[in-house]
Amino acid sequence: MEIEHTTYKRCDLVKVKGRLDSASAPEFDEKLKQITNSGRYRIVIDMGDLQFISSAGLRALISAQKVCRRYNRGEVVLTNVPENIKAALDLAGFTRLFKIYPDVVSAVANV
Amino acid sequence: MFESYADALMPKFTFPGRYESLAQIASLIRRATQELGLSSLDSYTVEMAVDEACTNIIEHAYGGEGHGDIELEYQIESDALIIILRDHGKPFNPKKVRPPKRDAPLKRRRNHGLGLYFIYQWMDDVRFEFSEGTNTLTMVKRKK
Repeated sequence: MEIEHTTYKRCDLVKVKGRLDSASAPEFDEKLKQITNSGRYRIVIDMGDLQFISSAGLRALISAQKVCRRYNRGEVVLTNVPENIKAALDLAGFTRLFKIYPDVVSAVANV
Repeated sequence: MFESYADALMPKFTFPGRYESLAQIASLIRRATQELGLSSLDSYTVEMAVDEACTNIIEHAYGGEGHGDIELEYQIESDALIIILRDHGKPFNPKKVRPPKRDAPLKRRRNHGLGLYFIYQWMDDVRFEFSEGTNTLTMVKRKK
């Protein structure tokens, strides 16, 4: 897994690449916590180059979403979600909990 | 029908019960699903089910990384892929794992139980057994 983190004025963009499994989820979780601990709660996750996500990765997303939505101060949104990963998000009931945008520009503009 | 799988299974692999093994296990499983000719989505679902099962072995059967091996066997049939995972950790009882609250609002979403839920949803047959100190998980994915 690789993570690219870009800080914009209104949000943080996190591009996660490769495999997000139990081996890499702690690093991803840590990155998201680092962002929310710095007082930033609008996060766009770009999944365009994500090949695989397991429930360990999904748990990191849910934890971040809980922190960001508290007091309506922000949210985590997803973009460029590959079809297979979308199926996993659907099955987990995550598509009701995360807005999904077709591209980074619309995600950054709307988060 | 599960019993008939037990004898003729090939090939067999052993991995250290560590999270870094998951990527190697995944590429092995991907090759098997491609050989069978599963669709991209079906292949992904098998990869995910196996990943979740191996994570459960490390976390629950062994209680952490580096406490034992994961044994993997698979067989490609004309219309199905049969995967058997074994470990020598604590007995795993799937009935003790509560299913996730998929419809719960964000605040009440629990963080566990998703892995097992994926295994049952993605695979066509799933059977857990414990005998003589060995957990055996048999999973079957049929080609549609």
